[in-house]
Amino acid sequence: MGNGLPAAANPGSALGNADATTAGTVSDDAAAPPLVRIRGLRFARAGKVIFDGMDLDIPRGAVTAIMGPSGTGKTTLLKLIAGQLAPQAGSIVVDDEDVHCLSRRRLYALRTRMGMLFQSGALLGDLSVFDNVAYPLREHARLPAALLRRLVLLKLEAVGLRGAAYLMPAQLSGGMARRVALARAVALDPMMVMYDEPFTGQDPISMGVLVSLVRHLNDAGGLSSIIVSHDVPETLSIADYVYVIAEGRIICRGTSAQVSTDPGPRVRQFLDGQPDGPVRFHYPAPPLADDLLGNGGRR
Amino acid sequence: MGTTRTTEILVGAFIAAGCLALFFLAMRVSNLSAAANGDGYALMARFDNIGSLKVRSPVSMAGVRLGRVEAITFDQDSYQAVVTLRIDAGYDRIPADTFANIYTAGLLGEQYVALDPGGSPDYLGDGDQIEHTQSALVLERMIGQFLFNKAAEGSE
Amino acid sequence: MMLLEPLARLGRSGLAALAGIGRANLLLAAIVAGLPELLLKPRLLIAQLYSIGVLSVLIIAVSGFFVGMVLGLQGYYVLSQFGAAESLGIMVAASLVRELGPVVTALLVAGRAGSALTAEIGLMKATEQLSALEMMAVDPVRRILTPRFFGGVLAMPLLAAMFSALGVLGGWFVGVGLLGVDDGAFWGQTQAKVDFREDVLNGVIKSIVFGVVVTWIALFQGYDATPTSAGVSRATTRSVVHAALAVLALDFVLTALMFGD
Ligand SMILES: Nc1ncnc2c1ncn2[C@@H]1O[C@H](COP(=O)(O)OP(=O)(O)OP(=O)(O)O)[C@@H](O)[C@H]1O
Ligand SMILES: [Mg+2]
Repeated sequence: MGNGLPAAANPGSALGNADATTAGTVSDDAAAPPLVRIRGLRFARAGKVIFDGMDLDIPRGAVTAIMGPSGTGKTTLLKLIAGQLAPQAGSIVVDDEDVHCLSRRRLYALRTRMGMLFQSGALLGDLSVFDNVAYPLREHARLPAALLRRLVLLKLEAVGLRGAAYLMPAQLSGGMARRVALARAVALDPMMVMYDEPFTGQDPISMGVLVSLVRHLNDAGGLSSIIVSHDVPETLSIADYVYVIAEGRIICRGTSAQVSTDPGPRVRQFLDGQPDGPVRFHYPAPPLADDLLGNGGRR
Repeated sequence: MGTTRTTEILVGAFIAAGCLALFFLAMRVSNLSAAANGDGYALMARFDNIGSLKVRSPVSMAGVRLGRVEAITFDQDSYQAVVTLRIDAGYDRIPADTFANIYTAGLLGEQYVALDPGGSPDYLGDGDQIEHTQSALVLERMIGQFLFNKAAEGSE
Repeated sequence: MMLLEPLARLGRSGLAALAGIGRANLLLAAIVAGLPELLLKPRLLIAQLYSIGVLSVLIIAVSGFFVGMVLGLQGYYVLSQFGAAESLGIMVAASLVRELGPVVTALLVAGRAGSALTAEIGLMKATEQLSALEMMAVDPVRRILTPRFFGGVLAMPLLAAMFSALGVLGGWFVGVGLLGVDDGAFWGQTQAKVDFREDVLNGVIKSIVFGVVVTWIALFQGYDATPTSAGVSRATTRSVVHAALAVLALDFVLTALMFGD
């Protein structure tokens, strides 16, 4: 793969940002089209524009990290890729299928090849841990009961929760629930897995296990992985490619080595966790004094 | 495993109980049992006044229900009410000179057709007409008659 | 400007209500479209018949019996003043089978099962369980809503029949057992006056319609809820209130159509 970050075919369009450091060289690898190809994505929610003309590629067989401040729309981006939200403009092509032009049937067929770890875990509350992990298998694969049981226990073993197989989700801690959800996301051996904050709420030990598990699943299973995370060192340690997005644009892209040495002030601020810098910590608001003194803002 | 089995049994019992309740409503509470035992046969009777007799009012003899009123029409030539009585199939020996009255159950209760058997050896069949009828007693008319008689007594 | 604001607000809420009705209809169509799939997985339906039907039996049975007893008591006092206590059975049975059975059952089910459905669906939405199902390529409408809908539609007439039957028995218990109305007259008059097609069957049709309306409203409110705890609690309240109003209004319409000649 070399240094080949599959960059947008038309890097000039959306990257007019001054800070955008096009670290990866533009290499149009015609041989291996990207797994996910996003072009001119525009998405607004409740009047607020979250993405405006964003281009982004996710390569096959690699771990791609998407980082950025809270509220920039990382979760939204994953939902757009999965076809749960529809963009106002632009196209999202996953494995040569335009997600938002598919019939319901084709979209569902595509989703059987995607796994998603939700930020909240989103386990089915009335099923045990075992049944939660078995759910996609029972839905989409006709397996004999003994094989199904073995598969599920193996997945649970991988996340260290085989002993919790017969607990209910309400009896799990937040971190445990996240790990069960991870086991469920990879239950069907999908072609790609989207992890939304897989590492938050984990103690250092399970964090380390999860980090290597994600890497291992990716390499052994021939998966492609998309990780959304705020845990900078862990994410940089396993990601092949990294996108940093802020304010609806990509401010930095490249291999994790390139990104971690990127000099751009916004990128540095985010990666090093400095409170002051070009990226605002605050959600857009009128000056504090105006709000407190009650003479600014609305009306 | 055990819980799904219990659920299934309980749901089965629930459906059975619901059907039983419907069956009870149909056979015990409503007239389905009466309507179900054969179509029976029809008799006609002409009344000068049927009071508040309704379709589906009972037809009885000696206090036992034999059938029900099936239809009520008006004959424009004789200015009489023509009442069709549907008699249950089992009761096929009603004498030809039977008397049909319209009575009231209780003082203000519903009205019904009471049959008084005559002595004829011939029996009524499907579509036959009951010749002897007595109209319903209309309360206002009774009271009017009573007052009239009293007045007549007083003036004597 | 100031004067037009209330008018504009009225228009806005009117449009919002219309949009809501549209969404509700689309949801109903999607729910019903899941029927063939449901028939292949009757287990899902059984689970819902259990939680909507079986778990409601106790409250329905007890309320039915008590309503019947009250009808017997009140009816006896009114009818005996006219010397027509024998007609007690008609009064109790006709009012139960035609009106009280379907209506009170629908109100009780809306309160007991409908609110639970709304809260369950709303919470599944708020905790992203519905999204997770979608991501597992399982249609949440067909998998979660369809079985609940048909469970409610099937359970309602059965529950209403139980309510009416136990109510008649309650009236009989008070009238015949306690107040001395003649047993033969009680049943004889009832059978003579209550018609199977006119009364019993129409009552069943009513309760099926109520089953559709109550579960539809409950599922829609849950599915359309704002995915927060406050949103779900609001939706639950709305579910019960809307269902009760819809049942009472529809009952008037249906009664006028069925018995209005
Ligand atoms: N249901 C919604 N309705 C309206 N706006 C929403 C909704 N969900 C999210 N948003 C807005 O979309 C923006 C992006 O949200 P998103 O959840 O994608 O952020 P994120 O990047 O995943 O943040 P985090 O790192 O905190 O998870 C936020 O500014 C939020 O205000
Ligand atoms: Mg997020």
